[in-house]
Amino acid sequence: MDQFWLVQYFQENWYWVPEYLPKFAEGLWITLKLLVISIVIGMTIAIPVGLVQVTGPKPLAWLARIFCTVIRGTPLLIQLWLIYYGVGSLFPSIPGLRQSFLWPVLREAFPYAVLAFSLSVAGYEGEVLRGAFRGVPKGELEAARAIGMSPFQVLRRVWLPRALQNVFPTLTGEFILTLKATPLAATISIYDVYGVGGIVRQETYKIYEPLLFVALIYLILAGILVVFFRYLENRMPRRT
Amino acid sequence: MQYAMELLAFSPPGWGGNLLRGLFNTLLIALGAYFLGLTLGFCGALGKIYGGPVLRWVLEIYTTLIRAIPELVLILFLYYAGTDLLNIALEAMGFARMDISGLWAGIYVLGFVQGAYSTEVLRGAFLAVPTGQIEAAKAIGMSSIQRHTRVIIPVMIPFALPGLANLWLIATKDTALLAVVGFSELALVTKQAAGSTKSYFLLYMAAAVLYLLLSLVSTLIFTLIERHYRRGQPVQG
Repeated sequence: MDQFWLVQYFQENWYWVPEYLPKFAEGLWITLKLLVISIVIGMTIAIPVGLVQVTGPKPLAWLARIFCTVIRGTPLLIQLWLIYYGVGSLFPSIPGLRQSFLWPVLREAFPYAVLAFSLSVAGYEGEVLRGAFRGVPKGELEAARAIGMSPFQVLRRVWLPRALQNVFPTLTGEFILTLKATPLAATISIYDVYGVGGIVRQETYKIYEPLLFVALIYLILAGILVVFFRYLENRMPRRT
Repeated sequence: MQYAMELLAFSPPGWGGNLLRGLFNTLLIALGAYFLGLTLGFCGALGKIYGGPVLRWVLEIYTTLIRAIPELVLILFLYYAGTDLLNIALEAMGFARMDISGLWAGIYVLGFVQGAYSTEVLRGAFLAVPTGQIEAAKAIGMSSIQRHTRVIIPVMIPFALPGLANLWLIATKDTALLAVVGFSELALVTKQAAGSTKSYFLLYMAAAVLYLLLSLVSTLIFTLIERHYRRGQPVQG
């Protein structure tokens, strides 16, 4: 009898899973695309943002400092809405933009989300990298310069790798936080995993099951990311 | 500029007053959630340190799940689950169903999430108290409660403060997520104002400035608190 009860429970409350599975796969793809692109662009911005705060020049260091404070001091949701609704609403008033090749891109929600999440990653990680660049022992940089490396070589071969190595665990924690922030994109009509969960809730009138399903997907994603980053961390050369 | 001043004026038809009321609600929810979170976190930390295997296991699941699932999912789930459970309990006791007000629901939902993070911060601070000081307190005959109120808690506060400051900033920013379930805090008020005036850029900018001011003032206050609690510690560096 117990088994029968279980089957009935699944038929009543989880019948929608096979039907919506392809949609969830699409949503998963969008979530991952958003996460990976934002982290790559964000880290590319974060490196100079962190670096100029250590090396100067002063005005640039100031700008970077203000950028980090603003990004970290305001909710990501507001930044996302400011960029999508705010900046997005300014574009149609620019003459000629509607006819240009840029318009199809500017009409989509996804590029705005990528921009907002990239800036957020850049702000938080710029702050982390500031400490990381400062934490690399001076002697190592002097040694690199002494054997005749150009400033760019010092950065590429010694300073950046050593800085990243020291804060790698912090960065991976931050990337998990970014994954957990991606559902915000659903508020600007992007159908990521969370957005698809919203569709299911509207169409089936179920409250808990779709949310549980979505939570499970994010749990598994977070778990995979943790294992993946730990694998990378173990591959890093470390002085014993 | 003229238009901007009119739009943000404090009295209607300006939206400045509404935004400030939204900010006030944000502040109330953040404060309530933060202190609920601290209470849960304090109990959770004590449970994780002194509790038996079952309690520790339950707390481990609580902190792991809350910290691994996106806040937006948690907020929706806790919101529905909370109101449902409350109504089931009320009906079982023979009372009529009721809707919880946005303020209390927001505090409960965010506080429950904050509790998981506070647990970890406070547990870390507990463990950072040097064993020698606890043993010394035992040696001069303090009871368990005295040991906690006179030695462990005062010593752990400086260790916990940076983490707790961070949690407060997260609490103020997470209140914006409550806009998704329809509480009229700053983010939702701004969205409504932007929708009805079509001045999206200006109003979201104004909201961002308000949030930023809140963060800056909070950071300043926490710096002062930390300086106060570190007054007995040797100066580093």
